[in-house]
Amino acid sequence: MEKFKPFTSRLAALPIDNIDTDQIIPARFLKTTSKAGLGDQLFQDWRYDENGKPKPDFILNRPEGRAAQILLAGDNFGCGSSREHAPWALTQYGFRAVISTSFADIFRGNALKNSLLPIVLPHEAHTALFDTVSKNPAATVTVDLASQTLTMPDGSKASFPIDAFAKQCMLEGIDELGYIQQQEAAIAAYEAQRPLTVNTLAD
Amino acid sequence: MRETNGAAHPRTIIEKIWDNHIVAQREGAPPLLYIDLHLVHEVTSPQAFSGLRDRGLKVRRPDLTVGTTDHSIPTTDRSLPILDKTAEAQINLFEKNCRDFGIPCFGPHSTKQGIVHIIGPEQGLTQPGMTVVCGDSHTATHGAFGALAFGIGTSQVEHVLATQCLLQSPSKTYEVRVEGTLKPGVGAKDIILNLISRIGIGGGTGCVFEYAGSTIRSLSMEERMTICNMSIEGGARAGLIAPDDTTYQYLAGRPYAPKGADWERAVAFWRTLPTDAGAPFDKRIDIDAGALEPMITFGTNPGMGIPITAPVPDPASLNDPLERETLHKALRYMDLASGKPLLGHPVNVVFIGSCTNSRITDLRAAAEILKGRKVNPKVRVMVVPGSQEVKKQAQAEGLDRIFKEAGAEWREAGCSMCIAMNGDQLQPGQYSVSTSNRNFEGRQGKGGRTFLASPLTAAASAIAGVVTDVRTIL
Repeated sequence: MEKFKPFTSRLAALPIDNIDTDQIIPARFLKTTSKAGLGDQLFQDWRYDENGKPKPDFILNRPEGRAAQILLAGDNFGCGSSREHAPWALTQYGFRAVISTSFADIFRGNALKNSLLPIVLPHEAHTALFDTVSKNPAATVTVDLASQTLTMPDGSKASFPIDAFAKQCMLEGIDELGYIQQQEAAIAAYEAQRPLTVNTLAD
Repeated sequence: MRETNGAAHPRTIIEKIWDNHIVAQREGAPPLLYIDLHLVHEVTSPQAFSGLRDRGLKVRRPDLTVGTTDHSIPTTDRSLPILDKTAEAQINLFEKNCRDFGIPCFGPHSTKQGIVHIIGPEQGLTQPGMTVVCGDSHTATHGAFGALAFGIGTSQVEHVLATQCLLQSPSKTYEVRVEGTLKPGVGAKDIILNLISRIGIGGGTGCVFEYAGSTIRSLSMEERMTICNMSIEGGARAGLIAPDDTTYQYLAGRPYAPKGADWERAVAFWRTLPTDAGAPFDKRIDIDAGALEPMITFGTNPGMGIPITAPVPDPASLNDPLERETLHKALRYMDLASGKPLLGHPVNVVFIGSCTNSRITDLRAAAEILKGRKVNPKVRVMVVPGSQEVKKQAQAEGLDRIFKEAGAEWREAGCSMCIAMNGDQLQPGQYSVSTSNRNFEGRQGKGGRTFLASPLTAAASAIAGVVTDVRTIL
């Protein structure tokens, strides 16, 4: 995983609550066996019409949304299915952070494992940011994970929470599987005293 | 087996299972949790197996892992070739991955094939006190057995394949207490749709539900699975029900359940799992089962549900502008007006299936309504059993004949039109009454519109060709 560095970007605003993973990447694209090409399918059914032509009103098709590396979305972003294709699609498209008032649990975990930062803001700051972006689409914010701060378009700072371990993994590019493997001795010790429950190989 | 009673503080079943599975707890990191059962399927595993190959890793515990093909598999005659070459390639790769890594696989032609959350319980793989994971958000289904079961992403699928462990932070505990007697025509699906309509689809975020109370105790295992299945639609990662004699009776004699002296030991341990008297929960909600009506959803998330006789809500009644716009958008997508009930709304397709409602009791309920009746000729009715085992049982009981004589399709086992990956899908603009779990935009096919409801409501609507209150024909 690459180390997560501070960055400054415009925001693509999607003022809708409960954006589910079926919208982020529809299930029909889940027949792939790789991660390649998912960025092109991000928000497919909101982004393209039935003939595959970009819908001009959708934010990712508008000039102000195109270069954004931050998605500003409504409450409970990423609800629904566990598909990690959702953060894969978002990061391949170019997003590095999503700002909302809350995230669904599985999506949040998946995002953190893919260097996509889920930023939770309080309701007022979140609403204010939507207002700012609607008035000035070129407004930018700066994301600094190390200090857990957002620098808002007006220069004010807002702090955001993040799990300490996830933060360390993102900042240092730590591979979580490698970290678990370091605990082999503890796993083996647990298994040695673990009662037998089921054997899927018994038939 | 470790004792779980007699601890210093009274604990919930959630905490007991959690405590039993802590492998290590390093400073500054989440606990390392051991996983007792890992279910894998063709859609969320290929990239995890690629990761193992790239790192030169083996599957640590193939004996705690089982695979099945369910999401992208067609529900047409299994002797025919798979027409969708992408789906075929995915299924073939899955079977190869299972072979290469030594994982037992219930492939397309196995008599044990079925939806991952149907086969675990019916084979006796899912047992009380276990931790169960799967790359699928409906893994909470297995919580019906008093297991801590939750969905994971593909990175975590790889972690579990390689180490049988996950780094996992504990969740809050949320007691859902259901008391009272359900009225005729009202069932498990209505309980869970009612809960989600009250707390919203983010209401359980960060929590694990424990469903408790006299109503829950009176439910069959199949009904309990319907409730636990949709925990994720209330935002909870998991939801469970403490095991009891109903659980043990269901499990006894199943292929992978313990036998003989092992069974006795297991039951003695399972009896220590239920929440201790006085154990505190972080949150609680009460549901009066006797006051429930059949539920149906009108919108584009499972929280947008109403009693079937109630009017579709008006966005103008909401104060928050974002909530108002979200409801507006949902009603536009559904092409529905607020202010009147859905009763009488035309239906194009009825889908009876999915990991929520494709078990034998669901099919019996639907068959009871359809027996001796005909489905409306304008409606396509698909009945999709959850597994080969369910299909066999239904056929032994003659349910398939009832469905076919009524004019419904009787299909092969799989996820089918719940997720619409396999060719079973709505056409743009069509309406379905569906016994599945999600009504998101396009979930059942691009442009399709879904009303979620119980098997009884689905069957009643199939006959009338419009959204119907099953109580009018009982």
